[in-house]
Amino acid sequence: MTDDTKSTQTLDVWVAGTEEPELAPTDEGAQEISTDESETRLDEQFGRVVEDDYVFDDDADPEERMILNMGPQHPSTHGVLRLQIELEGEIIRRTKPIIGYLHTGMEKTGEQLNFSQGGTNVTRMDYLSPFHNELAFSLAVERLLGIEVPPRAAAIRVLMTELNRCSSHLVALATNGMDIGAVSMMIYGFREREQILAFFEKTTGLRMNHNYIRPGGVAADLPPGWKDDVDAILDELPRRIQQYDDLLENNPIWVGRTRGVGVISAEEAIAYGITGPTLRSAGVDWDLRKAFPYSGIEQYEFEVPVGVHGDVYDRYRIRIVEIEQSLRIIEQVMDSMPKGDYRVDDRKVTPPPRARIDESMEALIHHFKLFTEGYKVPPGETYVAVESPRGELGCYLVSDGGAKPYRMHTRAPSFSNLQALPITMADSLMADTVATIASLDPVMGDVDR
Amino acid sequence: MTDEHGSPEAGTVGEAVVVERLMPDNPVLRGLFEGFDDVAWELSIGQDVARVPRARWFEFGSAAKEAGFEVCVDVTAVDWMRQRPERFEVVANLLSMRHRLRLRMITTAPRQEPAVASLVPIWPGANFPEREAFDMLGIVFEGHPDLTRILMPDEWEGHPLRKDFGVGSVPVQFKESHKVS
Repeated sequence: MTDDTKSTQTLDVWVAGTEEPELAPTDEGAQEISTDESETRLDEQFGRVVEDDYVFDDDADPEERMILNMGPQHPSTHGVLRLQIELEGEIIRRTKPIIGYLHTGMEKTGEQLNFSQGGTNVTRMDYLSPFHNELAFSLAVERLLGIEVPPRAAAIRVLMTELNRCSSHLVALATNGMDIGAVSMMIYGFREREQILAFFEKTTGLRMNHNYIRPGGVAADLPPGWKDDVDAILDELPRRIQQYDDLLENNPIWVGRTRGVGVISAEEAIAYGITGPTLRSAGVDWDLRKAFPYSGIEQYEFEVPVGVHGDVYDRYRIRIVEIEQSLRIIEQVMDSMPKGDYRVDDRKVTPPPRARIDESMEALIHHFKLFTEGYKVPPGETYVAVESPRGELGCYLVSDGGAKPYRMHTRAPSFSNLQALPITMADSLMADTVATIASLDPVMGDVDR
Repeated sequence: MTDEHGSPEAGTVGEAVVVERLMPDNPVLRGLFEGFDDVAWELSIGQDVARVPRARWFEFGSAAKEAGFEVCVDVTAVDWMRQRPERFEVVANLLSMRHRLRLRMITTAPRQEPAVASLVPIWPGANFPEREAFDMLGIVFEGHPDLTRILMPDEWEGHPLRKDFGVGSVPVQFKESHKVS
């Protein structure tokens, strides 16, 4: 394709090459597979070289070194994570995570959707904890708008996010178990998660990707009989967790494959910006729910589990205890669920009640305007972070005063946590790789966005 | 947020206009900002923001780490195409666990040469986020150990999150995959 045809291709927003002549044309021409078949290029494509900043020990015998490509289609990479691993015999010397196979440009999409549509976009990022994504986005929008949600909305948010933490950790336990060979754990984990997802479906209409937490509150009130459903979960889960303990804790194979594996120190974890259970496993008492409370979570009693060794076993234990602590929060939320509206009483942000639309012209116009144009958000920029099951999930939101975000950036916990892989896997055995990956619990939708 | 940003309030003393520098109340932040005359502090909806000149980016980052900001949670950039004199804003979110404090460092980068110093020597965790900002917006982080594309394919031309990168239909990626196998 010549340069001329490139620049004449029309794009929706700007015509590349006309507005900003210094820039290279930005069309999709480069999407084609590279025709360059030189030795170095092919080495790169076949993953025969690892480009990173690691300085290799010169004493090692180069004959003994081998580069192994793991993924992106490997079943235990939890999606499409690719690792280039340099092996010396059975021992991993260095690792380079290669990501981007699930990149769908959600930050760009976020700039095309208005603030009320944005929830449908962010909820698809970390698909195992969609409520946390929605919450971070909604809190950021609310901060820009300067609105405060009613207490009931905040309590519902806490209820849903903590249930979501349980369901997400259950998947983490399930997949971690399966990767190490405890296949029954996988079935059990998904079974209990299903119960929580059934409640989500009843409340939001969908099992995943809910778009339930929205700027200004939540989409709908809790369904009638929600207390019975949550009670059932509260009854069931502690008993099940006891079973997992019996299954795994006393299992010499499980303990042997997780203790002392994938170790990360507190200094390394802090330096690399690692958050969530992985950071806490290294002995750092850091939870955003305690440090920077949001949605009124400070009024509930709970504890933050902290590990000692920073290994896979500690991360597994932390997840178990976090489920228990989340259940504690859920119990308190249930007992103290405030009455009142579930969304802010601000007609510029929330649509009018259905009954009003039938009788009031203004309400109809408001409803129509909100769902076609959306609402305008005052100019400003803000960063809001919540503690997702994987760590600090932040939303950096910039508004230029329009109805769409000018820039919507998500600080994805899985993305930063993947930087721990080269550290945790260095000088460990190849066989421990899957255990380490699973214990970081990366969600590739969150990594690539 | 366009005009009042980065401009401290002016107070008049006698005839001459004396620009009074705004300072944060927090002692940790105050200590950090006192060492930098040219770094403006501002409150952006209740959050501390440091407007750092590009030349002092790395220096201010080092000082922030010394002051207790041990985590760099995020580095990203914003494209203010045709709205600001300097097109790009580079944003780094810092966190101090010790002081339970957050600070946002913001600097600007011009369109022709969007380059700022890399923060990786200070916080190794800035590695992936800076690669993402390079990939998505074309910000060049000088001194980054491995500044390559991270999310887009290596052969990709352009930087998708720039405002002059259009959205629209994209042909199937592997349409010519039969040529290589």
